[in-house]
Amino acid sequence: MSQRVRVNPIACEAHGMCAELLPERITLDEWGYPIVDETPLHGSEVAHAMRAARACPTLALLLERAGDERRR
Amino acid sequence: MSGPAATSTGERSRASTQRAEPALPRLLAGIQPQGALTLDEHVAVHGPMPAAAGRGRRRDREQAATLIAEVARAGLLGHGGAAFPTATKMQAVAGARRRAIVLANGAEGEPASLKDRTLLESLPHLVLDGAILAAEAVGADEVIVCVCESAHEAHGSLSRALDERARGASGRAPALSLTTVPSHYVAGQESALVNYLSGGPAKPTFTPPMPFQQGVRRRPTLVNNVETLAHLALIARHGARWFRELGTPGQPGSALVTLSGAVAHPGVYEIEHGASLSSLIAAGGGSTARVRGALLGGYAGAWVAGELLNGVALSDEHLAPHGASLGAGVVLLLSEDACPVAETARLASWLAGQSARQCGPCVHGLDALASTLDELAAGSAGSRATQRIDRLASLVARRGACGHPDGALNPILSALHSFQAEFADHARHGLCEACARPGELPLPERPVTDARMRAAVSQR
Repeated sequence: MSQRVRVNPIACEAHGMCAELLPERITLDEWGYPIVDETPLHGSEVAHAMRAARACPTLALLLERAGDERRR
Repeated sequence: MSGPAATSTGERSRASTQRAEPALPRLLAGIQPQGALTLDEHVAVHGPMPAAAGRGRRRDREQAATLIAEVARAGLLGHGGAAFPTATKMQAVAGARRRAIVLANGAEGEPASLKDRTLLESLPHLVLDGAILAAEAVGADEVIVCVCESAHEAHGSLSRALDERARGASGRAPALSLTTVPSHYVAGQESALVNYLSGGPAKPTFTPPMPFQQGVRRRPTLVNNVETLAHLALIARHGARWFRELGTPGQPGSALVTLSGAVAHPGVYEIEHGASLSSLIAAGGGSTARVRGALLGGYAGAWVAGELLNGVALSDEHLAPHGASLGAGVVLLLSEDACPVAETARLASWLAGQSARQCGPCVHGLDALASTLDELAAGSAGSRATQRIDRLASLVARRGACGHPDGALNPILSALHSFQAEFADHARHGLCEACARPGELPLPERPVTDARMRAAVSQR
């Protein structure tokens, strides 16, 4: 079962930890907010993604099952 | 501009031989220039509400499913702006385990739109019929009608209508209530409405869970625009085939539109989906100036300008190649006297100010877009302004919790595309003569409240 990362943009306060810990997937925009590649993670990236999610001070980085998207 | 077929109903009535009365108006049938239809007047126009799906204590699931299936066959799409299939929403709520709630969304925060307010003011019982029928169909025991706090007349009409129904004691199941919501732009967004009615601020939330999964007081919640519910009330009476006698295959039926700007009689009109823009303008008494462009759909919509205006038909299928849609039914004509660059800069500032200021890319991106457009209008933005706008747009798109940042990009980017010459001219020479004129686009300091025309109709 593949996973992906997603940001809750309301919770995010641009601390930028995620881009430090998961640069393969996350870069920062000119205001410091994460630009996230939401395609499924490779197996080798999952552990880094979990660490990044845990490190977020506002818990705004989410690890989700890929294909769970229900946004309209 | 004059339309070829503003109100000729002959061909249509011949096509449907059983029906002697003209096909339009549907929703606006019987509407008065002032005041609301009473319950008796409403019943005289439309007939009584069809037999309840869930009448009595035992809910008849089969009958409820019948209305949802009929709405699906009718192909009714939401009239709040997103054109989402209504039956799909109803199905999702009907399938939930907990008792559902229905929200009739009349939180019309769009300064260029008056159609929901007009509907609630003049025809409250049609909306209540639709809300009750929807509630019965999805197994909801509660209906909350949400009205913009600035819509005093609509609030008055609805509370009188609710009193009439209470006196009549129809015995229909759902409890009806009325509530006002703040009038800012994003307050009418589904999750913001749910948030507000659950005791929070009227600001969007992070989804999922979607309202149909977990809405007001954590119960599954059906959120429908009030016009959508009014259509549903008529589908329940006349059926899907009748509904499809008007409109296009992909977007059947009629729609309320708010026509404003450079037109003789600005107001709320009912059109058949696919009606030509020129027939609508003709129904509105013709344009009062040469038209530079039309903003279609509202402040999350797009511009169509110049020669393209001649062939415009008002349905999403026809508008898609223009990058536009009918959205919330706004049709706004900008005159040749106005400066589209100054108008876009003003609109961008207003849209930036309407951000709920929750998501960083929306807060910073829309502010930056607005100031770049101000500089561009003044000719001080430098040679790379359009690249800067493109870059900001890519940083804003799909990065908010709600659709506001994406919606705000639509009129801005389509203005850059539709009024290229004017933008290039400002980049080189700065402010033009028209820049000094007061803005034409209706914003809260100049809303479209003088638009009182209500009953005219326009067909293909």
